[in-house]
Amino acid sequence: MQRKLSLKASLLFIFLIPFMSMAGGDTPKTDKKSEIKAYIQHHLQDSYDFSLFSYTTEDGSHKYVGAPLPVILWDNGLVVFASSKFHHGETVAEVDGNFYKLYHNKIYKTDALGTINYDDHQHPTNLKPLDLSITKGVVMILITALLMFFLFRGLARSYAQNKGIATGTGRFFEPIVLYIRDDIAIPNIGQKKHMRYMPFLLTVFFFVWFLNIFGLTPLGVNVTGNIAVTTALAIMTFLITNFTGTKDYWKHIFDPLGDSMPWYGKVPLYIILIPIEVLGVFIKPFSLLIRLYANMQAGHIVLMSLIGLMFIFKSWLGSPLSFGLAFAISLIEILVALLQAYIFTMLSALYFGFASEEHDHHDEAHAH
Amino acid sequence: MEIPVMVGAGLVVIGVGLGIGRIGGSAMDAIARQPESYGKIQTAMLIAAALIEGIGFAALFAVS
Amino acid sequence: MEKLLEDFSLGLFVWQTVLFVGLLFLLKKYAWGPILSAVNEREAGIKDALNLAEKAKMEMENLQADNQKLLKEARAEREAMLKEARELKSSMIESAKTEAKEEANKLVANAQAAIETEKKAAIADLKSVVAELSISIAETVVREELSDKSKQEKLVESMLKDATLN
Repeated sequence: MQRKLSLKASLLFIFLIPFMSMAGGDTPKTDKKSEIKAYIQHHLQDSYDFSLFSYTTEDGSHKYVGAPLPVILWDNGLVVFASSKFHHGETVAEVDGNFYKLYHNKIYKTDALGTINYDDHQHPTNLKPLDLSITKGVVMILITALLMFFLFRGLARSYAQNKGIATGTGRFFEPIVLYIRDDIAIPNIGQKKHMRYMPFLLTVFFFVWFLNIFGLTPLGVNVTGNIAVTTALAIMTFLITNFTGTKDYWKHIFDPLGDSMPWYGKVPLYIILIPIEVLGVFIKPFSLLIRLYANMQAGHIVLMSLIGLMFIFKSWLGSPLSFGLAFAISLIEILVALLQAYIFTMLSALYFGFASEEHDHHDEAHAH
Repeated sequence: MEIPVMVGAGLVVIGVGLGIGRIGGSAMDAIARQPESYGKIQTAMLIAAALIEGIGFAALFAVS
Repeated sequence: MEKLLEDFSLGLFVWQTVLFVGLLFLLKKYAWGPILSAVNEREAGIKDALNLAEKAKMEMENLQADNQKLLKEARAEREAMLKEARELKSSMIESAKTEAKEEANKLVANAQAAIETEKKAAIADLKSVVAELSISIAETVVREELSDKSKQEKLVESMLKDATLN
């Protein structure tokens, strides 16, 4: 616990660094508010370079500490260049006679001057090339994947080497693996079929949990709070649910009443029932993706806003108060990181359970 | 963003808050009555709360 | 909703899908499979060991019951033997007693018989001695008496009288 606390303290401290530079100047208060808002917005989004923090030098230019990442575009052919060419959106990147500009964290194709044309709703009308860049989020996903691979392969190996008993970090993770099997998979899916879904449930649980925890570290990444990531995860749950669906699962959707009613009675009901059931099939994964995204996003917003408040109040009462609040919320966020991973896994298992269930046909009419 | 939409989202969030509060409270009652089935009650509570929470987030994102 | 769609980054989505599916299959092959099978194996081993222990316990109990039974039997046997011995002892004593009594009776009877014969012999002896004595006395008396004729007759008379009385 002591170590965790000091870790959190250092996390907060590093979050403070960017604001310290702002606190130095005598900019008006409203400016600071919008600056904090922009900073939070920036943090929530994915970025094309892995910058840990930035500061303003005495001559007013921004310095970033971090590493550039490769930008991969498909623009009538593969275009690859380092994100340092953008200079954090300040300049236009030129590659083989094409010009690209970073605008609101998206890459647009522009002319040499980097002109952005807008439509009536202030949306840029410039061409957007297909963007497959290795962003900060992709790097974090990769790091998490590697970490998980080596961690759990190590655990798997320690069984072989140590006569079926885990060693090292495996001692910590093995009970969690068993918890997922005994308290999430088996109660929801059933003893008979749970092994089929275990790899996905375990992978998704640890993946989401690790990324949630990484989101709380000073690395300042927000991967699980990114809707593209949660969408990908939810689509995977959706595909597995529907591809492993049994006859009973589909029957439940398209013929929920079964033999309990003659066909002429069912037709008017089914005009309403079947669309609802079909909608439910899509709403389930949608709620999964929105839940994870919104929880992580909201956690980051609250945490960073509270840290930002310290610099807005700048008083003996306000700043310590918001520091204390930020600290408390950080602790809650550690819990939320685990809880959201748990809920995602739990609900996935629940949906798999619905899909793989095989009813006793005689009871089904009464059970539903 | 128009004010009525935001108020609507706020109302949804109030509803969600009340709903999750009720779930939590009922779960507490149930646990107090049957402490031995703590695990099962907690699981059911989390699932129900998560489902309602989803609606709240949907409302929030509908206005954002 | 609009903002959500705007935030959606296709690149990140594609990378996430590719990396996650890759991770899923790698982990399935190199981690979850071995981990779950190892855990299952271990659990099966524990179950087996428990069953074995249960069996051993049962066997032990059976053995103990057997021992108990044997002990009981042994005790009963001992009891029976003791009883038998006691009975034997008492019967022996009884028979010895009766034998001794019989012997004693026999001895007594023999002794009595001997005494009887001795007595009879003694009496016979006595009788002969007495007869001899009486004859000699009678001889002397008769010799004396026969010197006198009257006296002789008187004597015969009285003797005859006595003899009839005898």
